[in-house]
Amino acid sequence: MSFLADMQISLIVLCSGLGLILIGLWGILTQRNIIRMIVGFSLLDTGIHMVMVSIGYVTGGTAPIINDAVPMAEATSRIVDPVPSALVLTAIVIGLGVTAVMLSYAVRIYRARKTLMIDECTESKW
Amino acid sequence: MIKRIVIFLVLVMLAAIFLNLAANYSEKTSLSPLAHYYAEQGPAELGAANLVTAVVVTYRGLDTLGEVTVLFISAAGVGLLLRRTRRKADDEDLEKGDRAEETAGVHKPASEIVETATQLLLPMVILFGIYVFLNGHLSPGGGFQGGAIIASGTMFLLLALPESHISRLMVAMTESLSGFSYVVIGVLGVILAGGFLDNRIMGLGTYGSLFSAGAIPLIYVFVGLKVGFELSAVLDRFRKEDTGPL
Repeated sequence: MSFLADMQISLIVLCSGLGLILIGLWGILTQRNIIRMIVGFSLLDTGIHMVMVSIGYVTGGTAPIINDAVPMAEATSRIVDPVPSALVLTAIVIGLGVTAVMLSYAVRIYRARKTLMIDECTESKW
Repeated sequence: MIKRIVIFLVLVMLAAIFLNLAANYSEKTSLSPLAHYYAEQGPAELGAANLVTAVVVTYRGLDTLGEVTVLFISAAGVGLLLRRTRRKADDEDLEKGDRAEETAGVHKPASEIVETATQLLLPMVILFGIYVFLNGHLSPGGGFQGGAIIASGTMFLLLALPESHISRLMVAMTESLSGFSYVVIGVLGVILAGGFLDNRIMGLGTYGSLFSAGAIPLIYVFVGLKVGFELSAVLDRFRKEDTGPL
C-alpha cells in the first residue's frame, strides 16, 4: 500500500472520477434496460463531480470556511478553491433534476409498453 | 457486432485522453487568482464565513437563480409526465394485465416499528433540514442541502405511511411564494445595494453569528423551502396511489 501513500489525494479522486465517467458512459452505450441507462448516467454525473472537486484541491487545504479553525489572516494559504465546490453544488442539483425527468419518462414508457427494454421502442430507431 | 467495436473504440480513445490528463496532473499548491480574491475579500465584503456559500449565493447568485429555475422546470416536467388525470386509463390497462401483481406490493402496510420510528424521527429530520439551511453561511450546508434533507424526510414518510396525504395546494403555494420572495430579494439588491442578488441590503451583523452576512440567511431560507417542497412534490408524483384531489 506504500504507493497509495505516495499518491496525492486529489490524484486518487481524479482517477476514480475519470474511471466512473468511463463506466457510466459504457453503461449508457451498451445497456438495453432504461433503468440501467439512468444508473449509467448517474455514475457519469458523479464521476464529473469528483473530477471537478479534485481540480479545486490545493495541497494541504481545508474546507473554505473562515472561522476559529482557519483565521482570516491564514485564509489564502490554508483553504481549497471554493469556486469548483460551488459549481459542483450547482451540477449536483441539475443532475438530480435531469435524473428525475429521465425516471418519469421511464415510468411513462413502462406504462405504454409494459417493458423497460429500449429494443421494444423501435419507432425512434434509425 | 460493429456497434460493439465502435463503442469499445470510443471508450478506449476516451480512456487514452483521461490517462494523459491524469499522468500530467499535478496538485495545485496555491489558490487561483479568483479564489485568492474571494478568500481575501469575501469575509470582509459579504460577511459570510462559508466561502462556498458566498460564491453560490452572491458572487455567482445568477447561476443559483438559473439552478433553481432548472429544478423548477424539471419538477414541472415530472408533474406533467406523471399527472394524475391519466389514472383512469392506467387502471383499465392494469385490469387487463398484471393487476394482482401490481397492487400486491403497494398495499402492504409498513410494520409498526417503521411507523413508530417515522413518527418519532420525522420532526427531527425536518428540524435538521431547517438547521442546515439556516446555518448555510456559517457551516457546511445551505439551501439545497437543507432542502434535500427535508425531502428525504418526505421520502421517509411516503415509505413508512404510503397512505399519508400531502396537500398539493400547500406545496405549490409555499414553493411559489418562496421562489417569488427569492427574486424580490434579488431585485431589492439592485435598488438598495450594488446589484442583482447583492446581500448587503441588510446590515452585515457580527461576523460568525447566526444573524450575519446580510441577506444570505434569508435567501437560503427561501431556497431551502423551495427546494424541499419541490423535491417532496417530485417524490409524491412518483407514488403509485392517488390520495384524493389536489
